[in-house]
Amino acid sequence: MISYDFEYAKPATIDEALDQFQTFEKQGKNPIYFSGGTEIITLGRKNRIVTNAVIDIKAIPECTVIQKQEGKLVLGAALSLTEVIEQNVFPLLSEIAMEIADNTARNKITLGGNICSNIVYKEAVLPFLLTESEAMIATKKGLERRPFTKRFNQQLQLGQGEFLVQVTTKESDLTLPFLTMKKRKQWDVGYPLLTTAALQKESRVKVAFSGLCAFPFRNEQLEHRLNACQLSNDERIEQAIREVDTPLLDDVHGSAEYRKFVLKNSLMDVLNAFEGADRRW
Amino acid sequence: MVKNEVTLHVNGETRSLYIRNAETLLYTLREKLGLTGAKPGCLNGDCGACTVEVNGAAIKSCIMLTIEAANQQITTVEGLQDAPIQTQFVEKFAFQCGYCTPGFIMNCNTLIEKYPEANETVIKKWLESNICRCTGYKEIEDAVKAVLTSNQADSSV
Repeated sequence: MISYDFEYAKPATIDEALDQFQTFEKQGKNPIYFSGGTEIITLGRKNRIVTNAVIDIKAIPECTVIQKQEGKLVLGAALSLTEVIEQNVFPLLSEIAMEIADNTARNKITLGGNICSNIVYKEAVLPFLLTESEAMIATKKGLERRPFTKRFNQQLQLGQGEFLVQVTTKESDLTLPFLTMKKRKQWDVGYPLLTTAALQKESRVKVAFSGLCAFPFRNEQLEHRLNACQLSNDERIEQAIREVDTPLLDDVHGSAEYRKFVLKNSLMDVLNAFEGADRRW
Repeated sequence: MVKNEVTLHVNGETRSLYIRNAETLLYTLREKLGLTGAKPGCLNGDCGACTVEVNGAAIKSCIMLTIEAANQQITTVEGLQDAPIQTQFVEKFAFQCGYCTPGFIMNCNTLIEKYPEANETVIKKWLESNICRCTGYKEIEDAVKAVLTSNQADSSV
């Protein structure tokens, strides 16, 4: 049970949501947008998220769209992970989403909610870091569409009162060969030691990680080393790992040293999977 | 205290009641409607003891606000009337202490409705959503398979 009270609004349009945010702000409340709400509810129970007002975006049609238009796949931020998986229009995303939380929880967790969450893993981000994707953000000035990789730096960069409406991905990127791996400390459900998403485009391997550091990331220098085909796989991996410029997580799920070991093995799996192959793995 | 009047459709009945916006569906079902079948466990969306059906989907009621469930079709374990999965839980001894049972039954019932031809992999994936501390997983899996097999036999006649 959440011990504090809050106002609840469920606007039907993007403009209404933005206006509602401003109204709540003027009333001295500190509003937050609410999609699946799982993080707000679970952290709210522990007073780790405290708010006087939530704005539920699930009734906004643009936030629940799932369609292909003008050579792009459009996914609404309020789609549940289950809807994303069942529609399976973006196989890499489906595979990543299928390992987030559990089957029932995925009926409630949304795509936008995972991307914008406080949790360090945010695994739904990975496919959008690897593909030509854009984030469509509702702002006071109107809708802004920006490359996802430019908008995401440790977390999705949102200004005060802004919210994620959709993520679009170039249609030709949806079918590129890919590989995903989620390594856990134990069991089949739970947080990752390391989640790796890799994709091959024009003979180059792109790779993004979650669980390795305090945020999901893609590192172009690391990729450059990994694609140095003149070197042996061991040398490529050794050099690639040296490019990780952020402290590795060191927690109850695994030590930093162990994560490095898992990273090394995962990168070897990536290279082996794509070696001389131009097919989906 | 901020309160709103909401209409809930629970187990085929329509109920109007005043709730706090911050109230979870689990709390409302148990404390306001007396439907104690959904059990409080982790209250964190992990254990599945509080699972109910909302619009045909299995939902952990501890991670849904009641206000989100307004005007939606909600089914709790009390709303199942001798469903085949309930019978098979008894037949296969798919419970021990019984605390997790309503949540498992609701999840399994949704699985059977949604995937009448579910294979081993799908069943295992779905059962990962619930925790049984008495570790009765094998018997629960057997109960699901028994219903699926029986339904498939009936539909092939």
